[in-house]
Amino acid sequence: MSEEHKQPLQSSLRVQELIYGLRISEVMTSKVFAVSRNCTMRDVQTIMKNNSITGVPVVDSKRVVGIVTMNDLMNALEQGAMEQNVTRWMVGEVQTLAEDMPLSFAISAFGKFSFRQFPVVNKKNELTGILTFRNINHALIRELSRQLRQMEQQSEQPVEPASLNLSKVYQLHRYDFENGGKASSEIKKFLKERGVPPKLVRRVAVASYELEINLVAHSIGGMLGFDINENRVKISSHDRGPGIEDTEKALTQGYSTANEWIRSQGFGAGMGLPNVKRVSDEFAIESAVGMGTMVQSIIYLKSEKENENQ
Amino acid sequence: MKISELASLEPFSCVQGEYEDGEITSGYTSDLLSDVMGNAEEGSVLITIQAHKNTVAVSSLAGVAAIVICNDRPVPEDMLAASAEEGIAVFQTSENQFNTSALIAQHIGGCPAA
Repeated sequence: MSEEHKQPLQSSLRVQELIYGLRISEVMTSKVFAVSRNCTMRDVQTIMKNNSITGVPVVDSKRVVGIVTMNDLMNALEQGAMEQNVTRWMVGEVQTLAEDMPLSFAISAFGKFSFRQFPVVNKKNELTGILTFRNINHALIRELSRQLRQMEQQSEQPVEPASLNLSKVYQLHRYDFENGGKASSEIKKFLKERGVPPKLVRRVAVASYELEINLVAHSIGGMLGFDINENRVKISSHDRGPGIEDTEKALTQGYSTANEWIRSQGFGAGMGLPNVKRVSDEFAIESAVGMGTMVQSIIYLKSEKENENQ
Repeated sequence: MKISELASLEPFSCVQGEYEDGEITSGYTSDLLSDVMGNAEEGSVLITIQAHKNTVAVSSLAGVAAIVICNDRPVPEDMLAASAEEGIAVFQTSENQFNTSALIAQHIGGCPAA
């Protein structure tokens, strides 16, 4: 298995990880042009033309009830029905995205559905933005140039080998138990060599290993990112699906969806995520079925050190 | 007790001997790797039937110093290779986990609850 999966360039993985971790609200277009139910297709045409956009959500007291795309507009035009109500031509069942989802979910959604744009809603289900491919491209370019700047700075002032600074991203593949654990071993070694107290190293190792195994055993593949500085270790795990139906349950000790084969590998005790949460100083999970799961675990290095000195 | 002294227990045999000898202060008995990961102590001996390469990975991360495979479960080659690389001793015994745990507990000063 290991030979098949060549690790891509670290810098490209970094960029991918960075944009995966962005919130949809940071990337979407917030200035949305929407119409109400009683607008006509002509109104939509004017809006599209004046603002060079290709999709207009239809809202009813801020809730998205449909979307009119260029396609619908052309159909109406062909039928000479431009004065008709948007409700006759819009697509009624709209896939929306939640604004606090990570961008990786949106990328999965673009892959899964053929829509070219997704209306974005807040917790109250009100329209707050729209997300298109363009937004994602912009974010990608922004992160790429930021990454390039960082690389330039680093080549001017190389990081000291003994310093507690590391950004590294690992790619993990489904059922590749062979390589599950490698990232954690490397990170453990890195911290140990730099004199991080064993107790902290162990907490990082637990969080990292459980997330690594989760990616291998439960996801269709994903990435595990480490961002380490003097103050803290930040571990983020992103996958492309299948997503967790009930994150509350997944955080309950003993709850597991592992199959027999995974269990035969010694996993699936239903302790993975609870273990991660227990060792983390900060913990966050976001998941949507069909789109993916993002877990973030932060472990402080500074405060613990100070506590031990007291 | 020392790791090397495990070999003298009946009916133990050492199947992977590349390790640095040291004191064992505690033990943990489990076949669930996440459980081991979360609960086994640094420098402990792991008593399990999980004869698998992943057991070595977990042991290494958790700081387990020695693994005892019970019920004479066969130890696969890749597990031996991984444990040699990590410097974790591996023993095999025909006894089950309960008896093995009891035996080792006696030698490291009884169980803490007693």
